Amino acid sequence: MTKNVTITPNIADPDGFYAKLINMHDGLIDEESAALNARLLLILANHIGDRAVLDEAMEMAAKS
Amino acid sequence: MFEDRYSLAFKLYPYEKSADQDAASPVRHPVVIMGGGPIGIATALDLGLQGIPVVVLDDHEGIGMGSRAICFAKRSLEIADRYGCGDPMLEKGVVWNVGKVFHKEGQVYEFNLLPEEGHKYPAFINLQQPYFEKFIVDRVREAQAAGAPIELRGKNRVDNITEFDDYVELAISTPDGDYKIKADWLIGADGAASPLRGMLGLDFQGRVFQDSFLIADIKMTADFPTERWFWFEPSHGSGASTLLHKQPDNTWRIDFQIGWDVDRKEEMKEENIRRRLDAMLGDVDYEMVWSSIYTFQCKRMDKFRHGRVLFAGDSAHQVSPFGARGANSGMQDVDNLGWKLGLVIKGDAPDSLLDSYSEERVYGAEENILNSTRATDFITPKSKASHIFRNAVLSLAGDYPFARPLVNSGRLSVPCTYDGLSLNGPDMLTGGPARTRVGSACPDAPLVDGFLLSQLGNGFQILTIDADALDSLIEDGVGAKQLKLSSADDPTGALAERYLGDATSAVYLIRPDQHVAARWDRFDETAVRAALRTACGKEA
Ligand SMILES: Cc1cc2nc3c(=O)[nH]c(=O)nc-3n(C[C@H](O)[C@H](O)[C@H](O)COP(=O)(O)OP(=O)(O)OC[C@H]3O[C@@H](n4cnc5c(N)ncnc54)[C@H](O)[C@@H]3O)c2cc1C
Repeated sequence: MTKNVTITPNIADPDGFYAKLINMHDGLIDEESAALNARLLLILANHIGDRAVLDEAMEMAAKS
Repeated sequence: MFEDRYSLAFKLYPYEKSADQDAASPVRHPVVIMGGGPIGIATALDLGLQGIPVVVLDDHEGIGMGSRAICFAKRSLEIADRYGCGDPMLEKGVVWNVGKVFHKEGQVYEFNLLPEEGHKYPAFINLQQPYFEKFIVDRVREAQAAGAPIELRGKNRVDNITEFDDYVELAISTPDGDYKIKADWLIGADGAASPLRGMLGLDFQGRVFQDSFLIADIKMTADFPTERWFWFEPSHGSGASTLLHKQPDNTWRIDFQIGWDVDRKEEMKEENIRRRLDAMLGDVDYEMVWSSIYTFQCKRMDKFRHGRVLFAGDSAHQVSPFGARGANSGMQDVDNLGWKLGLVIKGDAPDSLLDSYSEERVYGAEENILNSTRATDFITPKSKASHIFRNAVLSLAGDYPFARPLVNSGRLSVPCTYDGLSLNGPDMLTGGPARTRVGSACPDAPLVDGFLLSQLGNGFQILTIDADALDSLIEDGVGAKQLKLSSADDPTGALAERYLGDATSAVYLIRPDQHVAARWDRFDETAVRAALRTACGKEA
């Protein structure tokens, strides 16, 4: 079980969100895609702010 | 043969034959310091001012050419001030507050450091290392004239040492041949390559970064702003990153990141350095003062005390230059070691007190290595992913302030707080500020007629704020004097903010190096005596 990170569905329009996430990368080369992901991640991480949530999310991502 | 390994900026201690060289048997000294760099000389000054005879042996006759360190932090200046040589440093140094960060074509953002008010010294100054060293040597000369038992011996190279139970014997070569002396205590301040470490077969471990920097000091007559520029991946192609800093005497320090596999000889040719400089500076006139190529590493010894031998400065720990933690942390070694060795030599503390020197300064070195490793990883990304994230941070930082704290071109060196270490006494000041907790270096504060730190240090002090205490006490040979203050002594309120917090009165026991040993809300003689014992490495 996670302590801090929400693991139940929390995004209202999953298909729409997912399509937008993928479409952002249309026409980008790998390098540009990686940079885009990095920017997005930094923006979200700052929005969350809480180190306990971020640390746990990092562990989850590394383990998956 | 006695050849110099480097040329001198200031010839300050020319070789002179010492009577020791003609002695029938090796003369014994209480303290010998191997290495007359900033750390060795400052240690000699600390001990000499305590009246402890000390001999410095250096294989050159003065201070090396080339500026190396340029950024000296507040704490180093405060330590120098305690020794009586902070003022000339401040007077000569350059203070800057505006920094600019560039990426590729242009500026990403600019910042103002907005220094906190109410300190005698600024957060740091830029000053060429030879000046920093010279001001310390000047102070040594002044102290000698007033009777401080300090001897500086130039062109005295330590070639070998032999350890005995209660002393060390040194084999020294000079232009007049070899001689030997004995030392009750030997301080290794012989720099990053430390021959002494080698003689003792001691390890120096850590990480070497796969990159190198070309560094140039140039003199410009043109009006260039007093700002710090850090340029990541400049499109003008002068290097993978470039740093520009102002120093005194119209001199500018420029660092170019040039990669790991470089042809040093080729890069060091004046025309090639000028090509990089011209790309960076555009059409300005300048004169080249000094240049060099450096690689960087973060390494430290396991322990800084080995019996009768103590290591300080670069010989004990080496950091990459980002964050300016080399000489600055070395000065904190000196500050820490001086009073402890003084007490041990005078017989007022057990020699185990010196183990706390290693404990505290290893802790400090770890913190410095951590900080400088992080900065280095940002400046010279170690992997493709780290490069992508670095550039993502930079591309967000222009528009979004949240990304700016992630930009790491070196974090300013601040003294480390000895949290949870052996010499600490109780922290019993309810509501007391975190920044003056037990283990921290006292922050300065303004008083009506001067500054707080000028009144602290050299001995133990009982700082009381709106509290009573004994004027002085002596516990097992070690004295502590009261410094009686009231929050009204500082009309700006900084003293209360930094030392009282939410408390209405406070009693601090402060060590000779101006670190907090213990604190309470009121004076309790038994508790203060116990904390004083603990701070001297004795059973409480
Ligand atoms: C490019 C660069 C930039 C830097 N920038 C900064 C900065 O901005 N801020 C900062 O705080 N630090 C900085 N540093 C680090 C700083 O220069 C060092 O930390 C500092 O010089 C260490 O002082 P030290 O006295 O320990 O050693 P050193 O200065 O190396 O002195 C050692 C002395 O020992 C002598 N010696 C060696 N072997 C023997 C022997 N066998 N017998 C007798 N004597 C011997 C040497 O000749 C020398 O005089 C920088 C370093 C570099 C390379």
